[in-house]
Amino acid sequence: MLKYIARRLLLSIPVIIGITILSFIIMKLSPGDPLANFINPSISMEDLEISRQALGLNDPLFVQYFKWIGQVVRGNFGYTYSGNHSISGLILERLPNTIILTLSAFVLSFVLGIPIGVIAAVRKNTRVDYGLTFFSLVGVAIPSFFFGLLVIYFFALVLGLFPSGGMINIRAGYTGYAYFKDVLHHLILPAIVLSLGNIASVSRFTRSNMLDVLKEDYIRTAKAKGLRNKAIVYKHAFRNALIPVVTIFGLSIPFLFSGAYITESIFNWPGMGQLGITAIQNREYGIIMALNLITATLVLLGNLTSDILYAIVDPRIRH
Amino acid sequence: MTLFKKNSFYDFAYKRFKKNKLAVIGAAVTLLFVVMAIFAPLIAPYEPSEFFFVEGQNVYNKYAPPSDGHLLGTDSLGRDVFSRLIYGARVTMMVALLAVSISTVIGTFIGLITGYFGKLVDAIFMRIVDIVISFPVLFLLISISTIMKPSIWIVIFAIGFVSWTSTARLVRGEVLRVKQLDYIVAANACGSSSLKIILKHILPNILAPIMVQITIGTAQAILMEASLSFLGVGVQQPTPSWGNMLMDAQKLLVLRDMPWIWIPPGIVNLLLVLAIYFVGDGLRDAFDPKQ
Repeated sequence: MLKYIARRLLLSIPVIIGITILSFIIMKLSPGDPLANFINPSISMEDLEISRQALGLNDPLFVQYFKWIGQVVRGNFGYTYSGNHSISGLILERLPNTIILTLSAFVLSFVLGIPIGVIAAVRKNTRVDYGLTFFSLVGVAIPSFFFGLLVIYFFALVLGLFPSGGMINIRAGYTGYAYFKDVLHHLILPAIVLSLGNIASVSRFTRSNMLDVLKEDYIRTAKAKGLRNKAIVYKHAFRNALIPVVTIFGLSIPFLFSGAYITESIFNWPGMGQLGITAIQNREYGIIMALNLITATLVLLGNLTSDILYAIVDPRIRH
Repeated sequence: MTLFKKNSFYDFAYKRFKKNKLAVIGAAVTLLFVVMAIFAPLIAPYEPSEFFFVEGQNVYNKYAPPSDGHLLGTDSLGRDVFSRLIYGARVTMMVALLAVSISTVIGTFIGLITGYFGKLVDAIFMRIVDIVISFPVLFLLISISTIMKPSIWIVIFAIGFVSWTSTARLVRGEVLRVKQLDYIVAANACGSSSLKIILKHILPNILAPIMVQITIGTAQAILMEASLSFLGVGVQQPTPSWGNMLMDAQKLLVLRDMPWIWIPPGIVNLLLVLAIYFVGDGLRDAFDPKQ
């Protein structure tokens, strides 16, 4: 087991280096001059050249890369073009909000997705199965922004059950439990929108795994032994069908982070996605790259964890 | 109908596909959209970027509700929503098909060589795949489209270059499976060249899963284009796309009071993607003899 984990860890080292190199290249390719903000009529070309030299912008690319990565490792992503805010500060401010949203969506997609998949598999080729399968396909096929807008339209604007956006009611100034309830109230719609696609893929995946397992010899043996159908499904089949679902844990992470971009911008949720959208509009390449790098690393860690979890629950994988 | 050689693999698959109701409906709806895209100028009552004025006044007829003259009303600039919807089908399909062609060519090529040659080539390319899939697709797409001046071509290339990884992994897996079969071993023993084995013996035998992947990939490319255009980094105005037609709905006023602007493009987008997914699922089942 340890050997397997060590091997997976070693394999991810080149990947993480690759991620930083790709981020660096994209950043270098972005248009605009880092010095553009300092240019004013009184500055001479010579002075500009001197500051270029001082900032290391004339160094060979690989030197620039190592200087940059040295700062990134210490958590310094540089400063924004406008206002000179620290990019890591901006991101840290919003990271918890994104984590609240993605984590709720993550939990929601498994809490709902797995039972839906199991029910569809157990009732294979009945109306229930067709209905659930159709629902999952719609969940995969609907553009998330369109679903988000529909949800806001019906639940916030027409029915008025939930707020149409934001994370807290600023005017109310809640504290303590009331604050928690307020955030939860704001969280429900975006969490549902963000998780829909994932619920759909988790349930599709669970259904097909469950169907595979139900064909296994040991299920027939259990039936032959005269076990009740419930015991077979929930004790023998369900547990084994769940094993591969662990792999979806890792796959969910990039999906949810991508989705957060759109969900957060529709619901005005003050997270990293919304920061990214504003950054795109203002051409703040530093922020975009920092977000890219951070999420790519999170995704890598997510995949690593799910691979290791998979190896723990299913010893056959290790070899 | 004798579309395929009798009793061949594809003949059986075709027969199985025809029996699958959802898949046939999906294929029909997809075909309908293709026809709509091809004959857009004949179907659409107006040009997509034609501006309309309030009668007798020199003011744009903005946000007009649906009427006889404008089936789905007009948008924020006084353009006919229905015409834009029809022309949007063209843009959406062109982007999706070209992007999928790119990702299929790259993915199949890399999948074939990594699966067949293995060893170092495999190790290097699979690490590249790992790097690319670590970036959430939308992030990478957004980065590419913000760096380059947004245009329809950038959108196509960005989607193509981001989504080849799943094809590459799939093809690699299939090659690994087929490579061990007896006839490949026999071809090897006869001294066939690697190129000939890959192109003549392996590729034709893994076409079925690639075709399924192309179908699913097209649906995903349509969704990606829509998301990018919705966020403003995809297809740019005045070119209509089902994604950028929904941009205006980010204003609460439009969202609440002008559903004709944003509901139709959303619905057609959902319908087309759903139809293509049905076709993809149908193909997968049809190609699987176990079913």
